[in-house]
Amino acid sequence: MSEKAMITLTINGRDYPISVEPRRTLADAIREDCGQTGTHIGCEHGICGACTVIVNGEPVRSCLMFALQADGKKIRTVEGLAQGDKLHPMQQAFMDHHGLQCGFCTPGFLMLAVSVLEREPDIGDENLIDVLSSNLCRCTGYQNIIKAVRAAAKEMRKG
Amino acid sequence: MSAHGTRGSGMTWVGRAIRRLEDPALITGQGRFTADSAAVYWVRFVRSPVAAGKLQTVSAPDGATVITAADLKDVKKITPMLHKFNYKPVGQPVLADGIVRFIGELVAAVVAKSEEEAEDIVDRVELSIDEMPSVADARDALKAGAPQVHAEAAGNIILEGKVKTPAFDSTWGSAHKIVKIDARSRRQNATPLEARGGHAAYDTATGRITLTCSTQMPHLTRTAICDLLGIPESDLRVIAPDVGGGFGQKMSLPGEYVVLVWLARKLKSSVAWTEDRRENLIAAFHSRDQYVTLEGAFDQNAKLVALKADIVCNIGAYSCFPTTCGVEPLMAMAEMPGPYDVQQYQCLARGVITNTCTMAPYRGVSRPVITFTLERLMDKAARAFGLDPVDLRRRNLIDKFPYKSAMGLEYDEATYKETLEMAVKAIDVPAFRKRQAEARAKGRHLGIGIATFSERTGYGSPAFAARGMEITPGWETVIITVDPSGFVEARIGSSPHGQGLRTTLAQIIADELGITPDMIKVVHGDTDRTPYGWGTFASRSLVISGGATLIAAQKIRTKLIKMASYLLEAATEDIVLTEGMAKVAGTDKAIAIARLAREAYTQTHRFKGDIEPGFTETGHYDPPGTFSNACHVAIVDVDVETGHVKVEKFLVAEDAGRIINPMIADGQVHGGIAQGIGNALLEEIIYDESGGILTATLADYLPPTAHEIPPIELHHIETPSTNSITKAKGLGEGGAIGAPAAIINAINDALSPFGVEIDEIPATPQRIRAAIRNAEKAA
Repeated sequence: MSEKAMITLTINGRDYPISVEPRRTLADAIREDCGQTGTHIGCEHGICGACTVIVNGEPVRSCLMFALQADGKKIRTVEGLAQGDKLHPMQQAFMDHHGLQCGFCTPGFLMLAVSVLEREPDIGDENLIDVLSSNLCRCTGYQNIIKAVRAAAKEMRKG
Repeated sequence: MSAHGTRGSGMTWVGRAIRRLEDPALITGQGRFTADSAAVYWVRFVRSPVAAGKLQTVSAPDGATVITAADLKDVKKITPMLHKFNYKPVGQPVLADGIVRFIGELVAAVVAKSEEEAEDIVDRVELSIDEMPSVADARDALKAGAPQVHAEAAGNIILEGKVKTPAFDSTWGSAHKIVKIDARSRRQNATPLEARGGHAAYDTATGRITLTCSTQMPHLTRTAICDLLGIPESDLRVIAPDVGGGFGQKMSLPGEYVVLVWLARKLKSSVAWTEDRRENLIAAFHSRDQYVTLEGAFDQNAKLVALKADIVCNIGAYSCFPTTCGVEPLMAMAEMPGPYDVQQYQCLARGVITNTCTMAPYRGVSRPVITFTLERLMDKAARAFGLDPVDLRRRNLIDKFPYKSAMGLEYDEATYKETLEMAVKAIDVPAFRKRQAEARAKGRHLGIGIATFSERTGYGSPAFAARGMEITPGWETVIITVDPSGFVEARIGSSPHGQGLRTTLAQIIADELGITPDMIKVVHGDTDRTPYGWGTFASRSLVISGGATLIAAQKIRTKLIKMASYLLEAATEDIVLTEGMAKVAGTDKAIAIARLAREAYTQTHRFKGDIEPGFTETGHYDPPGTFSNACHVAIVDVDVETGHVKVEKFLVAEDAGRIINPMIADGQVHGGIAQGIGNALLEEIIYDESGGILTATLADYLPPTAHEIPPIELHHIETPSTNSITKAKGLGEGGAIGAPAAIINAINDALSPFGVEIDEIPATPQRIRAAIRNAEKAA
């Protein structure tokens, strides 16, 4: 064990000053030090993508980033998607198109899809499936996730 | 359905694709999964690094809290029981006691104030183990002189099922053609996205423990742990919170949860363990490691007249609780004839112990393997007779109901032939054959594969009793309460974890009571809040828990109508429950259901002792079981240079009886097919010869991604089941059952110009390339 460091994680616009060991992953810090348990951990080796969050506008697997590396950066998690009672179009689309079953992978998929569409609102089908292939879902067989993301893309382009 | 009253508008909630009541929490990050709770102490486990050995010593670093078998002397061994099939009960110590039998077996538990600290200590625990010879493969384990994994099971055979119908030999002897298939199904891991985990908390006031854990069967988890620890069930509460997928892996008892409860009692505090992915892949339960040799005897009209099966299931190092390791071999034996009419049957089904991770049920259990084997046999037979595979199936599918199988199972009405015809018409086989020929001329190899199958679902306790199980799950209980505010709560013994049961059961209740589903809360996964029940597995919950829900809701309905008839001074026959009101048909007399609910508590004197106070009714249901069915068709594109298979299209014609929520039903089929495609092409747990496991990350063990799953086209027939009071049949497993067979048949079709046969799943690029290379060499 090495000495803890003081850092500040800015999650969904709120500052969390926390003290972490250098080996603490961003995923563990978000969940355990900041209490935001909507971000899930599925494999801890960067394959499944359940822990995907948005750091300074980029989708990041938070199990592969140390909390120290995110010091001072803007982090967005699933808890920050809705505006009050108004769901983000991506959340609404996942509900409307049955894009989730057990819901464990869902926060990761939502953050991945939102970050990609914010960057590339007109992404083509082939590229979209490429991007969605970065995360694993064991329940849905992906077809309804793809449908939901396409529907949300349409909605986000309007907004 | 009910004795009295009629529905008002005629509009029903059942049959509608309403959005799920589960979703708002899950899409906003407000789901509550096991690992979301903080604990005072954290546990990491020391696991066996060798496949077999005598455990001499466990040396803990100074000051560390390390629990071993010596500490758990009073804890019984996990010993599930079967009373048939020459089953040899073998006990599994919760922590290895003197002998280790597979890599990943629990040896010691390290307790610390943080997960990281516990992990650091695990690295410093020293094990002294005298390694012994081990065996990983089931056929090797059957050889004379193979290492004996348990002294109680001579020859490593833990159970043996045998059956032979009276006229088998004579029928076999006079058959026109015998077709044989030697199939191999490699080992899989169900791989729920949330691995397992538990959190046990001691209540200092009462001495009770609350175990929150990622399980499909909270009540049975409580029974099992209390039996092992020798404590009253009232001292343990088990909660299954949001559970991130199970697929069968979470319906067997993990030793880890027993240790957590034991520790919470000892430390009088809270202790937690979150399984990591490596632990899940090497030591959570595995499945489907089977060799199946299947022979079919056909008459001159290509009618199957007798079937002979030899099934060898690698059950791993121990027997899983509660189903026992009989679940794979015995299901394979009972259901092998599948959707085909064949009355003469011989089968030998063996469970073989090896030095590998213990086997447990996984979505479909043995049926993905037997369907794959049987469907390969049918395609091979079609070729032997020079028939179209569809035609051969037409000649053999069951079409008279009820049908009694060679094993004595009664098949209720289904649509084996109709779904086959529907599927081949929808895929347009002649058009595909034309496209296939054109592609072949350009060096591209497309193939089409068909799989027809039956999916036995919703079976009650007699089906489990027939296997000789000491624990016979089957029935379910549902308790519905209308509270004084007029809202409804249904407490269920089942334990859904992604299947959307809160929504579908609310739809069933809403129709009975004339209210909207959002007024109904379905409560599950808490032994303090719900009646005893078996959990969610085996495509059973909608049929069995749904049936119990309907029974309880009908009682509530009867009571509402009776109360309304008193207060509205009308005959019960004239009362209609609709839009939250009890109305007298043809009049404007009405009373709110919420008002009736209130009166049941606060104004009981008005009913002259004719109704019981309060508003709670109970339904129990233990059905005989039913059969869903489907036909799957896959179109694949095989790259013969690399062995890569792209699934171009997947089409399903399915009959799961009455559909309660079409959106949820389709979602179940999609998910099952995706797992079946993984099963057919990608997923394989690999042991080397010394029992070492080579697939301990998700970069090695490969669940499919969005890339590998093609668009899925679904067609439905709804044949209401007479063996299910909701008329629904289960469909949770069907996707996974049919897909491997359809994909492998399609690969074989694509490769037919090479004279190559692939009878092994997964059909990895290496296996496909090897088969092509061997065929080229032979030519």
